[in-house]
Formats: sequence, structure tokens, C-alpha cells
Amino acid sequence: MSVSIGRHLLSSQDLNNETAVALLDTAARLDAAMTGREVKKLPTLRGRTVVNLFYEDSTRTRTSFELAAKRLSADVVNFSAKGSSVSKGESLKDTALTLQAMGSDAVVIRHHLSGAPRRLATWIEGSVINAGDGTHEHPTQALLDAFTMRRRLRDGEGDLKGLRVVVVGDVLHSRVARSNVRLLRTLGAEVVLVAPPTLLPVGVAEWPCEVSYDLDSALPGADVVMMLRVQRERMTASYFPSAREYSRRYGLDAARLAKCEEHTLVMHPGPMNRGMEISAEVADDPRRSVITEQVTNGVSVRMAVLYMLLSGEGVANE
Amino acid sequence: MSNQARFNDQRGLLLRAVRPYGEAAVDVRILDGTIAEIGADLAPADDETVIDGGGAVLLPGLVDLHVHLREPGREDAETVRTGSEAAALGGFTAVFAMPNTDPTADTAGVVEQVFRLGEQTGLVDVHPIGAVTVGRAGLQLAELGAMADSVARVRVFSDDGACVSDPALMRRALEYVKAFDGVIAQHAEEPRLTVGAQLNEGVVSARLGLTGWPAAAEEAIIARDTLLAAHVDSRLHVCHVSTAGSVDIIRAAKAKGWQVSAEVTPHHLLLTDDLAEDYDPVFKVNPPLRTASDIAALRAGLADGTIDCVATDHAPHSSEDKESEWGSASPGMLGLQTALSVVIETMVETGALDWRGVADRMSAAPARIGRLADQGRPIAIGSPANLVLVDDTAHWTVDRAALASKSRNTPYEGRTLPGRVVATFLRGTATVLDGKLVAGQVAGASR
Repeated sequence: MSVSIGRHLLSSQDLNNETAVALLDTAARLDAAMTGREVKKLPTLRGRTVVNLFYEDSTRTRTSFELAAKRLSADVVNFSAKGSSVSKGESLKDTALTLQAMGSDAVVIRHHLSGAPRRLATWIEGSVINAGDGTHEHPTQALLDAFTMRRRLRDGEGDLKGLRVVVVGDVLHSRVARSNVRLLRTLGAEVVLVAPPTLLPVGVAEWPCEVSYDLDSALPGADVVMMLRVQRERMTASYFPSAREYSRRYGLDAARLAKCEEHTLVMHPGPMNRGMEISAEVADDPRRSVITEQVTNGVSVRMAVLYMLLSGEGVANE
Repeated sequence: MSNQARFNDQRGLLLRAVRPYGEAAVDVRILDGTIAEIGADLAPADDETVIDGGGAVLLPGLVDLHVHLREPGREDAETVRTGSEAAALGGFTAVFAMPNTDPTADTAGVVEQVFRLGEQTGLVDVHPIGAVTVGRAGLQLAELGAMADSVARVRVFSDDGACVSDPALMRRALEYVKAFDGVIAQHAEEPRLTVGAQLNEGVVSARLGLTGWPAAAEEAIIARDTLLAAHVDSRLHVCHVSTAGSVDIIRAAKAKGWQVSAEVTPHHLLLTDDLAEDYDPVFKVNPPLRTASDIAALRAGLADGTIDCVATDHAPHSSEDKESEWGSASPGMLGLQTALSVVIETMVETGALDWRGVADRMSAAPARIGRLADQGRPIAIGSPANLVLVDDTAHWTVDRAALASKSRNTPYEGRTLPGRVVATFLRGTATVLDGKLVAGQVAGASR
């Protein structure tokens, strides 16, 4: 039996429970296969070309995808907007046609505008992987978050049925929140979004999750607390009065964390604003914080995505 | 077409078996650009061209208060000629051209240029709209009187695309144009509430991660402007009303007897915001597509006269301005060739308007608002023969490559729509026959 996730990964909505679990299983197997190897490389995607097309700076995500592709022996080309024809005004469509003509098998795109990956997918024949688009989605982040939760709280198997995940922060501008709400629901978890009303989108009531304005009442019973980055500049647009007030009402510090369960995990997609949405003490808490583990798992999850999109046959169960 | 060639030499014209306003079939004789006779079984005169209407619906030529012809400045997207062709094929005999050109139509010189280009093309009457403020920058009144006194006789003023958001400036504009019976056509969009806005703010924008364009940003300006218009007893026209709340505010203003008129676009009568799902910017427009409940309120408002007229906001854009990410694409849609069909689908087939209602909302009312004496006249003896013949039984499928516009940004690609324009007559001269432009109609016809 094999499971296919289709040609592109543009949104968490592209995955159902079966394909999402298969993807996490594949990531776990790839992770196991790499462990203890002297040469961290599998020959799976030898001869394939993966292009990292980054319109936004993101060393973390780009490096993660680059490592993932290289560990599968793919050729990797990094194409960043700075210093390329893109900065000279070339359109996304023309860039797409150029990459197409060069024979790329997959394009990993990070873009500051929502929906750019979906547009790109209409212009090229290869696979498109959304590595974060505007305020829309970041599906591989949600996958690595789910992978981390599953490994820590579900013995690395099955889905996330029954988990209670509290997501806190700037939901309005967060592609991580959108991808996580969808994927976590698909995997059976309950999601609670916590934010000041100004940082929740109009229309959030239709999302498959609970919404709260009060962090303290949301924390008891949470299995995972995921803190989102909040840019300090938001206060100049009156989303909140000051960084200090935001931190007091919605920041996670040791005192708040003490209200959580023993097993509660703290996650953050990075980069963190220490002292703003999360205190240094919490971020570095070796027992609760899995923030660096998220980064590690990101490589395995992205390997699984590339593998399932490019190996052409989906994932073969062992 | 030999019939057409002959036709253009003719003085008289007899329309056989046409149904004015969709009512009983009659014959209509046109002489010297004027309706001369209406009756059953009129005998053709010797030198008269006879056109068999085959029972098609005869309406007054359509009038569009809101088009973008892009000339001068963006002739790659549209010109006065290609826009006029699209208009004639859509059944229009007069259009009002918005001033957001390059240079801006904010002086007598530019409006006269556009007016003359329209005259030279000769397919529809092109009436330039003058900018309210210099460069549409919202800071200083343009020379409204000079434009009104020019050959173009401008009566409608708008900064369309931008809102005259400064309330003091809007008040002065409304007052000033009273001297020449002008009207301020407001693009109602509070700019501080729509910074970076991409799509109607609601369930769909939340899901797609697109910055929301709240209904309140439109409604707040309309409410303010109706109060200002009442205070200075002047005329306000509201462009492209798109929300249910706006309809309520305009209805209340009219109930008080204030001089407020409003238009709705065909696309806001039919299309909803969930069409943005694939981020195809062909559905990006300003104001944005709204929801089904807004559509219901707009249709009801158009039916009961709260909204006076349909205007297309025909907005051609070149492919490089549309084949891009949603966020960097220009807002706007083609509308001239599909407007009547969309109104038939949304208003006539639903029973919300009869053909007299269509004639009012698409011809008489916009002509009245724009102060045109020779357009929008009833189908009656002595009226100028500005007419459109519509086959109300036909359907057609929109093919963007076949549209007359230079641009291709129709949101109706592949849709099958009811009603086909068979013929259009401008002061008795056919601009369209058998659904095609009449060749050699005007000087300088080569493109």
C-alpha cells in the first residue's frame, strides 16, 4: 500500500489524516535511517534538482530545506531575491518559467505575499513546496510541530487525537497559526487560540478551534503551549499599547508556566523575541522547552516532504 | 457585409418586429437620427434599410457612468478606441471616462483631449469625468470650473481609485460644483481602514491570510458624505456600492430627501469573495468582491431604486499587472461587454427588474445623473435614436480572447451568460450589427 500526497504542498489543507500520518511516519523512518550514520546521506533523490526560491530572508528555513534535500542527495540551488534578477523587477511568472526551463524538479518558495506558491504552481510543471507565504500558511512548520508533539507525547506513533494545544500570540499575521490550526485538527488535536482581539482575524469564529482572550484561563489542561512571534512594531499600529503590556498579558514566563501540567511542552517557531512573548527562563527550560528539537525535526520532516513529492510513488509502507 | 455597406449610405432605417422594453412587437422608423414613427406593419420607404429584429428586445442605448479607458498614459491596456468598441458591442451609446490617466484628467486640456478622441472614434459618446483634486492627490481642488466650461462640458467629478477622504475638502468640492450643476462621484474608502487591504474582511480573508477590506471603511465614508451633501444641499453620487450596510445608509439618506445617487457594478451583483480561493488576481477588484448577503442587499437596492443605476467600473489591466501574486496585482475587471448579460442573469431572470427597469437603471438614470440631455431618452417619437437591440433568448460563453478590449482581465471567462447584443445605434447610425462592429463607421478606423 502506498499513500500519495499529490504534486504540491501548498497548504496544510492538502493533507488528510492518512497522508499527514504517513508523512510523519516517513519523517520518523528517515530520521532513524540517518541516526548513527557517519555519512548523513541517502541516495534517494540523486540527479534531482531542488530550487530554494526565497523572496524573504529566512536563514533557518532555507538552511533546513537545503540540508533536507542534500541528505537525500538532490542537487540544490539557492535562488534568493537579493542580488538576483528578482531584485531587478523580474516577475514571479518569468522567474517560474526560467526555473522551469532549467529543469528544476521542485521549487521551495518563501514569499512575502499570501498565495504566491499557489500562483507559482499554475506556471510550472514540477512540485511546489510552500515554505511560508505572507500571512497565509507555512505547512512544513506545522508538520515539524506535529512531529515534535507526536514524538514527545504520543511515543512517535499515530495521530494527535485528544491533545490540547494552546497557540498564543499574533494569530492575525501568523502563517504558522493558520497551518497549525488546520493540521492539528486533521490529526485530531484540540486547538485553542489565545490573543488580544486586535491580533485575531475577523472571521476567526469560523475556524475549527476555540478562541480566548485570556491566557491564564487557557493554560490549565494544555499539553502544548505554542508561543508565536510578536513583532514589536505592531504596537505602532495600535494592535497593543506597549511591549510591556503585551508581555504582561500574553507573555509566557515561569510563573505562568507553573500553572501548566507537569508534561506540558513549550514550543516556538522562532525567531523568538525573548522578554516579549517568552521569557528567557522558559525558552531555555530543559524540561519543558522543545524549541531546538523543533529545529532538528524540521530537517527530517522536510526530507519526508521532498521524498514523498519527488520519489513519485508516495511512501511505501515497510 | 454588403448589407452593412449599403446601410451606411442610407438615410432612413426601419427596425422590423422589435419589442420596446420587451413588450408587444412593433416596427420603429428612424429618420435623421431620431425616432420618427412607431407602429405595427410600417411600410418601408424606397430608400430605407430594413432590419428584421426577429422579436428582439429594444432598449434605449445603455449609459455607463464609470469606465476606465486608460488613455492617455496606459494605451497598452486600453485606448479610447478599443474601449469604445467594447462599449458599443456591450450595447452602450455613452460612457463616462474616469480621470485616473497619466496625466490625470484634472485640467481642461486633458478632458478635452479625451473628449476629442471619443468624437474621432465615434462609436459611443465619451464624456470625461474630471478629477476632484489636483493629481487625485486629495490635497487641493482641481480647476473644476474650467473643466465644466470646456468643450467636454464636464459635470461629473471623481478621484476614483482614491477617496476624497479629507472631510473639509469633500465639503468644499460638493459646494463648489453647485455653480454648474455638477456632482461629486465618490470612491468611498476610508484610507486609514484599508491600509494594504486585499479582500473583503471576513471568513475568506481570514482563511487566505489576505489583509481585510472592511465593509465599514466604505460605509463610514458614505454616511459622512451623505451628511455633507445634505448640509450644503449639493449632489453626491456614490461609486460602486458594494455592501449591504451601504445600501441601508443610502436608503436612509434618500428617505430624507437628500440628493444622493448610487451605482452598483455587475460584478458586485454576481461574484463573491470566495472566488479568491486560488489567488487568481482576475478576481481582485476595488472595492472587493463581498458576500452572498451583500449581493442580496445590492440586488434588492437596485430593484427598489435605492441604487439608481448599474455602472461597470470597466478597468482594463495589462497581463503583467494581472499575472502576478494577488498582493502585487492591480485591482479591476473588464465589464463593458458583459454588463447587460450579468444584469439579465441577476435582475431580469430573478424577476427583480423588468425590461423597463433595466432601461431605467442602465440608461435613463445614469444619463440623468451625468446630466446628458440626449441619452437615456424613452423609446418614443422624437427621441434621439440611441438604441440597443437585445436577443433575450440567446446565451453566449465568454471568451476573453474574443473581447474587443485590449486587456483580457474578465472574471467571467468560460461562463455562459444570457442575452446577446444584436445591434447598437448611436443617433440612428448602427455601430453594431449582427453582434459585430460596423466596419468603416468612423474616420481613422485602422488600428
